[in-house]
Amino acid sequence: MSALNIKKGSTSHSAYNLRPTFSDTEERHTLAVLVENEPGVLARVIGLFSGRGYNIESLTVAEVDHTGHLSRITIVTTGTPQVINQITAQLGRIVPVHEVHDLTVEGHSVERELALFKVSGKGEDRVEALRLADVFRARVVDSTLESFVFEITGTPEKIDAFADLMRPIGLVEMARTGVAALARGAK
Amino acid sequence: MSAQMTGAKMVVQALIDQGVDTVFGYPGGAVLPIYDEVFQQNSIRHVLVRHEQGAIHAAEGYARATGKVGVALVTSGPGATNAVTGLTDALMDSIPLVVFSGQVPTFMIGSDAFQEADTVGITRPCTKHNWLVKDTEKLSNTIHEAFHVAASGRPGPVLVDIPKDVQFAAADYTAPRAMTSHYRPQVKGDIEGITDLVKAIETAKKPIFYTGGGVINSGPAASQLLRELVDGTGFPITSTLMGLGAYPASGDNWLGMLGMHGLYESNMAMHDCDLMINIGARFDDRITGRIDAFSPNSKKVHIDVDPSSINKVIRTDIAIVGDVAHVLEDVLKVWKSRGRKTDRAGLDEWWAQIADWKTVNCLAYTQEGKTIRPQYAVERLEALTKHRKDRFISTEVGQHQMWAAQYMGFDDPNRWMTSGGLGTMGYGFPASIGVQMGHPDALVINVAGEASWLMNMQELGTAVQYRLPVKQFILNNERLGMVRQWQELLHGERYSSSWSEALPDFVKLAEAFGAKGICVSDPDDLDDAIMEMLDHDGPVIFDCLVEKHENCFPMIPSGKAHNEMLLGEAETQGVIDSKGSVLV
Ligand SMILES: Cc1cc2nc3c(=O)[nH]c(=O)nc-3n(C[C@H](O)[C@H](O)[C@H](O)COP(=O)(O)OP(=O)(O)OC[C@H]3O[C@@H](n4cnc5c(N)ncnc54)[C@H](O)[C@@H]3O)c2cc1C
Ligand SMILES: Cc1ncc(C[n+]2csc(CCOP(=O)(O)OP(=O)(O)O)c2C)c(N)n1
Repeated sequence: MSALNIKKGSTSHSAYNLRPTFSDTEERHTLAVLVENEPGVLARVIGLFSGRGYNIESLTVAEVDHTGHLSRITIVTTGTPQVINQITAQLGRIVPVHEVHDLTVEGHSVERELALFKVSGKGEDRVEALRLADVFRARVVDSTLESFVFEITGTPEKIDAFADLMRPIGLVEMARTGVAALARGAK
Repeated sequence: MSAQMTGAKMVVQALIDQGVDTVFGYPGGAVLPIYDEVFQQNSIRHVLVRHEQGAIHAAEGYARATGKVGVALVTSGPGATNAVTGLTDALMDSIPLVVFSGQVPTFMIGSDAFQEADTVGITRPCTKHNWLVKDTEKLSNTIHEAFHVAASGRPGPVLVDIPKDVQFAAADYTAPRAMTSHYRPQVKGDIEGITDLVKAIETAKKPIFYTGGGVINSGPAASQLLRELVDGTGFPITSTLMGLGAYPASGDNWLGMLGMHGLYESNMAMHDCDLMINIGARFDDRITGRIDAFSPNSKKVHIDVDPSSINKVIRTDIAIVGDVAHVLEDVLKVWKSRGRKTDRAGLDEWWAQIADWKTVNCLAYTQEGKTIRPQYAVERLEALTKHRKDRFISTEVGQHQMWAAQYMGFDDPNRWMTSGGLGTMGYGFPASIGVQMGHPDALVINVAGEASWLMNMQELGTAVQYRLPVKQFILNNERLGMVRQWQELLHGERYSSSWSEALPDFVKLAEAFGAKGICVSDPDDLDDAIMEMLDHDGPVIFDCLVEKHENCFPMIPSGKAHNEMLLGEAETQGVIDSKGSVLV
């Protein structure tokens, strides 16, 4: 019904079909949001996404400028171009938000995510796990006789691929940070 | 310059420095230090309302009628939660408010203390911004920032939550200085967009101005510039419910309100135009009706200070982000410098077409028999008061609100207070109190339905206490009229809970509070009764018994396009299909 493709549990059934038929193709965008590091700012951003029915694929936040009290929130979201425009405009309205950049439209950017994987196994499986980790440049940060914890950084796709390979070997648990991203180039 | 003072005193000092003269509020444990300071000064009048919702709506009415920021003061817990409806109302209608709430002391926050509520958490989605001030050092600056945020860009309500220990502690007070806030919305429009708009104005054959609350928000200069542009170009103009009065209803180019209950000619012109110039309106669903049938052949221009309003609902061809007054000034400059061109011949044809639509006479009705028709009551009120330059009208929510918008004319901005976006029953009475506080000598009338009016009737105490001569013009149909109308049209005339049962005797009710009550039911007595109301120097409840099952037309049924408007009873059979009935 809607061009928004609102996830379950949100408001796609309300009232008018307000969603104009601009373009139906869903796109994945990475947004960098520079915010005043004050209490509640993350709640404002998350409340905006849930309140208006936008998707969050991943969200990371940390202070990046201690003296200037600025934090950087990196959000990966999906939506039609019109929805992505709305998201950036809506983020821009939040009073403690200083800057919003849609890294996906503003040029090339680099994206990295860090993940920790716990893999358990014995014998041949252990050897296989280490071999794959080597291919993916994952490091062992903890090991017991029956398990490893690997640390891996890369694009979300690379981490997905690593997870797919580790699963049959004995992936027990994983933790991911979500995406951090920067525009390429000197500025 | 800085001086040591307590946080409570800072609140009062900051209000004085911000030019505030009136505060609407209700005391409680967590704001007692502030009330103590209010008691010990004479610069600021405090109006004791009877319910915190009333305080917020009164502040809204005050703000809309004066162009200033409205201020309210409430206690923690229930005081703050009672404010939530009003805050949401102000957010939807872009009304600038600063609301102060008390909070339990900082060292008790999170302990489920007496009258503790997570006020900043609860009000985060219904304010433009809010602050919990945990340190008296930061209080004065936060308050100044609050006024700045409330009033700049797209205005809205903000809330400052102040724990009781912060009110007691002393620190340095800083006066409002050159603001250091990073919050600086863009007010000047991009010249490229403005030039594109002017080019479109020069060649349009069927143009229309579609203006909204943003023109009122932008201030009196915006209305002045709008009038110059409309009269200069000779284009027709329509407005949303929120923008009434920005262009005078008596002006030559005025078509009347548009939208769900707007005028036939306005909606037809919106549908058929080739250039739509949206100035400070937000393509609300009451306006657009069916999105894919909305003004299919027009080039759309949108001037709005909030970038998120642009392309939210309707795709815009020319977007100009900026404040209405700033943008219109530049539009006029460019248009004049390029020789004030328009397509005269095209316009003449367009006006001829509009004149044709006007002959439909969509607001026609006949007053006959011994029952007052509500339209007639509003029309008589209009006739007997429109000469008053100082007339301010507020409304409640429902059919009466639409009739007021249809049958009353506003020649100036800031004269019309209504709850548009949230549609809050109970808004109008406290709003009229706020208006009267801002304009003590003016004629302030709240056009009400009996059901809405009862929602905040306790404020009669406030009106009487402060001798506010607000007139409560109640169109009493003993029904939740607007709900009943929808049930008639959409739910097979099954009138589920849409009756106003056990109504009070409004005259006795007025008298019980020490106000005046008037009841009228005979059309022949109506004029005299209205005059009696106007002549009385004090609050009046005017109980006007009207036709019970009147419907409000024209009406664009849910899910229909502008040119599928219903004009009267005869057209209502089976028009709204099941798809339309899920819409609100
Ligand atoms: C029962 C009922 C029936 C209704 N029926 C109708 C109807 O038939 N017709 C109708 O019109 N409405 C109707 N409404 C009201 C409707 O719901 C909306 O509230 C209204 O249409 C919105 O008006 P607006 O577009 O002017 O926007 P507002 O809510 O007034 O928004 C103002 C816009 O201007 C922008 N703005 C603010 N300040 C500035 C500035 N300084 N410079 C530039 N831009 C600025 C804002 O960002 C915003 O986009 C009805 C309401 C109720 C309760
Ligand atoms: C607080 C609130 N509750 C419910 C509604 C839904 N509602 C809209 S209009 C209406 C009926 C209003 O009746 P009344 O005030 O008598 O006005 P009338 O329509 O009869 O003129 C109702 C219940 C609302 N707008 N606000």
